[in-house]
Amino acid sequence: MLDISELTVRYGKLTALDQVDIRVAGGEAVFVVGPNGAGKSTLLKTISGLLRPASGGIGFEGSDIAGVAPEKLCQRGLALVPEGRHIFRTLTVEENLLVGMMIRRDKAAAKQDLERILQTFPILRDRFRGVAGNLSGGEQQQLAIARALLQRPRLLMIDEPSLGLAPLVIDQVYASLKDLNAAGLTLLVVEQSTARVLDLATRVYVLRSGKVVLSDSAEALATGNAMEEAYFGYAGRESA
Amino acid sequence: MRNFLQVMVDAIALGSLLALVALAIGLVFGVMRLINFAQGDYITIGAYALVVPAASLTPTLLIGALPIPLMVAGVLLVVVMLALATERVAFRPLRDSDPATLLISSFAVSYFLQHMIMLVHTGRPKSIGIGQALTTPIEVLGLRVPGIQVVTMGVTAVLLIALVLFLKRTPMGIQMRAAAENFQMARLLGVPANRVIAMAFVISGLLGGTVSLLLIVQTGTLDIRMGLMPVIFAFFATVIGGMGSLVGAALGGFLVGVSSVLLQSYLPEGLRPFRDAFVFGLVIVILLVRPKGLIVIGAARERV
Repeated sequence: MLDISELTVRYGKLTALDQVDIRVAGGEAVFVVGPNGAGKSTLLKTISGLLRPASGGIGFEGSDIAGVAPEKLCQRGLALVPEGRHIFRTLTVEENLLVGMMIRRDKAAAKQDLERILQTFPILRDRFRGVAGNLSGGEQQQLAIARALLQRPRLLMIDEPSLGLAPLVIDQVYASLKDLNAAGLTLLVVEQSTARVLDLATRVYVLRSGKVVLSDSAEALATGNAMEEAYFGYAGRESA
Repeated sequence: MRNFLQVMVDAIALGSLLALVALAIGLVFGVMRLINFAQGDYITIGAYALVVPAASLTPTLLIGALPIPLMVAGVLLVVVMLALATERVAFRPLRDSDPATLLISSFAVSYFLQHMIMLVHTGRPKSIGIGQALTTPIEVLGLRVPGIQVVTMGVTAVLLIALVLFLKRTPMGIQMRAAAENFQMARLLGVPANRVIAMAFVISGLLGGTVSLLLIVQTGTLDIRMGLMPVIFAFFATVIGGMGSLVGAALGGFLVGVSSVLLQSYLPEGLRPFRDAFVFGLVIVILLVRPKGLIVIGAARERV
């Protein structure tokens, strides 16, 4: 579904991503983990069209999308929940969700999706007419995910879903993501913390200083410390 | 008491006018982070569109000779087209630039438009009699109020309500509010950047054209700098209202207008020539107390 090859992104002279290769197959839940400054957010921003790569390719369902404007990409089935959630604080919950639905041409189906999503995230129904800025952090994360889901994406990218949330709330967010993945939605999740990655991931990439230092299936990483070692830079290995 | 009420009517009328200009500036700033000083020249060109482009000091009416509905529509159309043209030629290519670059670009557009007018009309003011019937005072609740002030307040009220309904009830309005708060996120959700920005300029053109008409009826004079002071005051209004907040812009417009008229009326005679200094001093005080303005967007505390 998503095929990133030899992707290099620079901020001026600083190389944020260096020849990165990442593949996501349909139905997978792929995690990219790494310490601060590894290039994780840069990766998602580049895929979603907010940054232009210096070189390399980003293939999505067979077509090259490198440098395509973000408003065009979401129509092709890519959705991003960025770091910090970025809900529209002055808009109501309803209006936030409406903005998410605006690219949908099938308005009747979009309304049904809204109903279904409000069942998945009942707190949003309770706060439907309230201003989104008054939601708690966990509720805002749910709103950001719900808003992205209303676009009916085929690939949902989430930047640090657990950032700044209480442990109990992180459990809820991960449970929601697990359900969505089980229902067939492909996920590409970026996390700084490795704590809960293996609960959900089917495949993990470890990114350090803009380079992929480890990629393996979650199954293979479940035993041993390979992920932690790669994360902290004790060792580096590449495997399929 | 009657005198105070009379002053308040003047104050609210000026506040209304500044609120319209401040809203135009605030809307464009919201979606583009551009403080568009050329808004003043939109106002000026809207007024000059009423007369035949010529150097003569006794101008012949052009759009101003049309029946009122056509005249209003004509001026609004000219200003909207001008606003869209400046967006397309001067601002869109710089959209990803930093706000300072955009600001300098708006100065360039402003100077260009001013000199275009000067080239055609010369820099000398011209008298023009449009809507003179509106300048005669009418009796409202025992107060003698010039008709144009009633019209200014009425038009502002209608435009504010229309703008609120547009921003709250229509898909494009909701998209504009979303884009004004977080343009990048709005684009990620598929909000079309070009269309939203163009719409902001259309509205700023409509508001600018309205102010052209109201100003020309009030002053009866075409002047190449007629849009300058309203824009400077409106800029202060958007700053004290809170950059990016439309409610703040409208509120700031009223506040600046009202304080300006109150100071003009109640300052000691000798200090009145320095009225503007007091208004700007008030702006500084407000910003010292509330550096982000009266209404702060996105100020809600980060919650976990």
